[in-house]
Amino acid sequence: MKPLSTVTGQAISLREADVDTDIIYPARFLLVTEKKGLGAYAFADRRATPGFPIGEDNDRGILIAGPNFGCGSSREQAPWAIGDLGIRVVIAESFGEIFYGNCFRNGMLPIRLDAAQVAALHDVAEAGGTIDVDLAARTVSAAGDVLPFDIADDRREALLNGWNDTLRILALHQDDVSRFEAAQRRAAPWLWTARI
Amino acid sequence: MSTKPRTLYEKIWDAHVVDRRDDGTCLIYIDRHLVHEVTSPQAFEALRLAGRTVRRPDLTLAVPDHNLPTTPRVDAAGARVPIADMESAQQLAALEANAPSFGIRYIGATDAAQGIVHVVGPEQGFSLPGTTIVCGDSHTACHGGIGALAFGIGTSEVEHVLATQTLLLQQSKTMEVRVEGTLGFGVSPKDVILHIIGVIGAAGGTGYVIEYTGNVFREMSVEGRLTVSNMSIEGGARAGLVAADDLTFAYLEGRPMAPKGADWDAAVAWWRSLATDPGAVYDKVVTIDAGDIAPSLTWGTSPEDVVAITGAVPDPMSFADPSKQEAAKKSLAYMGLTPGTRMQDVPVDSIFIGSCTNSRIEDLRAAAAVARGRHVAANVRQALVVPGSGLVKRQAEAEGLDRIFIDAGFEWREPGCSMCLAMNPDKVPPGDRCASTSNRNFVGRQGPGARTHLVSPAMAAAAAVTGHLADVRELVGEAA
Repeated sequence: MKPLSTVTGQAISLREADVDTDIIYPARFLLVTEKKGLGAYAFADRRATPGFPIGEDNDRGILIAGPNFGCGSSREQAPWAIGDLGIRVVIAESFGEIFYGNCFRNGMLPIRLDAAQVAALHDVAEAGGTIDVDLAARTVSAAGDVLPFDIADDRREALLNGWNDTLRILALHQDDVSRFEAAQRRAAPWLWTARI
Repeated sequence: MSTKPRTLYEKIWDAHVVDRRDDGTCLIYIDRHLVHEVTSPQAFEALRLAGRTVRRPDLTLAVPDHNLPTTPRVDAAGARVPIADMESAQQLAALEANAPSFGIRYIGATDAAQGIVHVVGPEQGFSLPGTTIVCGDSHTACHGGIGALAFGIGTSEVEHVLATQTLLLQQSKTMEVRVEGTLGFGVSPKDVILHIIGVIGAAGGTGYVIEYTGNVFREMSVEGRLTVSNMSIEGGARAGLVAADDLTFAYLEGRPMAPKGADWDAAVAWWRSLATDPGAVYDKVVTIDAGDIAPSLTWGTSPEDVVAITGAVPDPMSFADPSKQEAAKKSLAYMGLTPGTRMQDVPVDSIFIGSCTNSRIEDLRAAAAVARGRHVAANVRQALVVPGSGLVKRQAEAEGLDRIFIDAGFEWREPGCSMCLAMNPDKVPPGDRCASTSNRNFVGRQGPGARTHLVSPAMAAAAAVTGHLADVRELVGEAA
């Protein structure tokens, strides 16, 4: 996974609330079994809308979004498609939880800030101002303000280092998992005897 | 283990912690993994490229559902009908090949037990109380209806669970949604969850796992609880829970994959111990009076856009929040609705009775009770009834429900996700309006330009036979 430490530059502003994963990546394109190149389908049904701010020619790494961004389905094609357009950071008041988790799996950083802070960042983005995201410092800086954000230490560390969670668990926790399984087998044998 | 009173969620969580980090991140063991054709191909491919195996194929069950056409799957000669759409055919073939090559049990398209993963899991006794259940599908929340901690995951996490049988997770906050009182005549579990989402909002549950409590859920059938928990994600919560009780145990006992004999008794004893302790504290509590819940439906393009069937299309300016005003204006433009129009005056073009939310036998019975002796209105262009599984279909046919639907002018289909998400031939055409028992009314969800009103099965049948959104209470008398 590509590490992420700082992202700096102009940002896209998409103020709309409840942008769900069907808007980000319409279901009919879920038949594509690739992970790469999905930017071509991002916001497919919105591209034609006049003034829609995200296109295939996107050169901005930061998206300032509306509340509840990425709500709806679990489809990882949503972050795959956005990531394919070069977006590494999404900032919003709130996110659909599965989308939020999926971002980290793909070297992307979702940042939750309060409504007023996000509103100010929309203004900066629309004015063409520069936004600085520093994951090590856990800050977003724009227009002279430095906004701290929360992120679990484990996720921050994994993203800074570009760690793949699957490799990490296989390398560090196989014995823990085996111990858990042995204990579960004693405590709840019925979970082991069920014929699936 | 702490002796502090704990909630159901906290007990299930604690019982599955493999490793705990300083920041609260936990490595959580996964007891059951459902796999379908859409979110798994990239995961299996990644395993193959890395030369990995599935750690616990014995805890994993693969079932195709999303893409599968709902038209007959074998022809008169008993041969399998090929799938016309090439990409769908490839995705389905990939699951059919991946499952055996990784040693995973596969319930295929022509198996009587095939169905929507979230219908199949509880029906087979694969989903059990107190277990952790995942699937690459957000409506995995459904299995919370039997007291399992069940939630949707992305494809990278599907791969991760296949390889490790674990997930790294942050513990959620807890929300109690307590509904007490007596539900009115004609009010179904779907109306209850639509009402709840209308109250808490589409992001109201974000960061929480919801536990549904109160006499309404204690008295609700297990199938009704599955409907409620299914839509937890539409209120923003990744998972919902209803504590397992005697109704749950009666529902699960004897299911093919449920424990048997002494194992069953031991399991029931453990499941009983998981109920939230007296004095346990939830991070948030929402209390709803059952008497306030009417047969309900959505008017807009977010599941929180809920109104009683006796109500009218709202004026966007009636919302306090300026961004909600804007969203409502856009919603109404998309939905082709004018503020002040009575919901019951809105004509419909399509009817969909099905989906992981509402395709179980009780749902079909409720719809058939309305359809019986009536006929789909002339202005309705398509009316589909899609059972959630082959076993539901067989049961419905044994009860004669298929005849009721067919005689009334509905199409009686094979099991699958069907018109819920426009990934298979069942779609709502652009501009058409659908009364749908599914779970999402998002823009384009049922097809580009499709307009969705989420309703209960009985309300969908009422809309079908009247040709407009209708109050089921006017069609089915209280004495009936």
